[in-house]
Amino acid sequence: MMKLRLLSPQYIIDINNIKGLNYIKDGGRAVRIGALVRHADIENSPIIKKKLPMLADAAPHIADMQVRNLGTFVGSLAHADPAADWPASVLALDAELVAYGTARRKIKATKFFKGPYETALKPTEILIEAVLPVPTGKKVGQSYLKFERKAGAFAIVGAAAYVVLDEDNVVEKAGIGLTAVAPAPFKATEAEEVLIGQRPTRELVEKAAETAAAMSDPMSDLQGSAEYKREMAKVFTRRALNKALERAGVAI
Amino acid sequence: MAAKRLKQAVASKMPVTIEINGVKHTYEVEPRLLLVHYIREYAGLTGTHIGCDTTNCGACTVLMDFDGKWKAVKSCTMFAVQANGRRILTIEGLAKDGELHPLQKAFWEHHGLQCGYCTPGMIMAAAGFLMINPNPTEAEVRHGISGNLCRCTGYVNIVKAILAAAEEIRQSGKPVIEV
Repeated sequence: MMKLRLLSPQYIIDINNIKGLNYIKDGGRAVRIGALVRHADIENSPIIKKKLPMLADAAPHIADMQVRNLGTFVGSLAHADPAADWPASVLALDAELVAYGTARRKIKATKFFKGPYETALKPTEILIEAVLPVPTGKKVGQSYLKFERKAGAFAIVGAAAYVVLDEDNVVEKAGIGLTAVAPAPFKATEAEEVLIGQRPTRELVEKAAETAAAMSDPMSDLQGSAEYKREMAKVFTRRALNKALERAGVAI
Repeated sequence: MAAKRLKQAVASKMPVTIEINGVKHTYEVEPRLLLVHYIREYAGLTGTHIGCDTTNCGACTVLMDFDGKWKAVKSCTMFAVQANGRRILTIEGLAKDGELHPLQKAFWEHHGLQCGYCTPGMIMAAAGFLMINPNPTEAEVRHGISGNLCRCTGYVNIVKAILAAAEEIRQSGKPVIEV
């Protein structure tokens, strides 16, 4: 942003030397990610692979190796690029983000993203941690799928999804987050409601995908028209749900 | 008065010490100086190239020590002050005792370059990649160097060179980087 002269801050404070912010902690019901955890750390973390595979899906598709070695998960959330990958996952999981300024406070991911590069953070606050609930139950599946023009590009659409089903294959919990298809990434709650309490079928998944796409508000640009992007939002939500169901061991 | 003092402090240069290829350098630089300019213009090591200046092309890739681990970074993406006290390896530090590094040799043997502009960054990125994945498939190599652009070769010989170097390094039993 600074290179393109879009930003020219008078002061920059480098937080890289606050070593206490560099951790991925498995707390059982939730995984906590500190502000200095790089994209590459998430890509290679056994905790993430096991507990939050949707993040493991997303990590290798963020920019390139060199950028992943420096860029951070939490920093990307705070930056709030409307086409960034991570917001879809934190919204699907209903994560909480921890801000620190004069005092520590938690902000729900659903209340955090306000618009392009706009968040609920005050000018005097930084994000120090993300708390990501781990979906648990009888049958659990997660996924993240990204549609990109070329390797490492920002998403044209990114869809994160998880499902939790009981022994009779009834959906108990579901989470869907979409990025790049609205001024700010969003949690497709209406689409989640389509799934909850139902046994998944092709028709049900299609209806959820259509509902998610109807919630989107994409912008026409060089990557595609709004109409095309809304269609892709449907396709990628459907595929992300299908993959999550497949990983949960449920065939539809 | 206090504000004025602060302004002066910010505008002034600060000493930055970076160990590049085993040699410690200290220069007084502006806080806004990019690492790549420190390497090229202050340390005089012009093997690290600038292609795009916007973190796209990877020509400026160097290895940086993160708590004892070498990782590839784009040196136009950070300020020199952020590298203060760290170790860096550039293309000039890769050959040892007059002998080319296996990656350098493989790029030569497999003709992994034409104009050569992207080559230093490509080789340093490949070194960083092979430390993460010492036994890659062709597809993994292609994904691994997706942050480096080459406008001459079409990548085919670059990928061949990296695969050949990976094999040589594995057979030698030595680490990718021995410093």
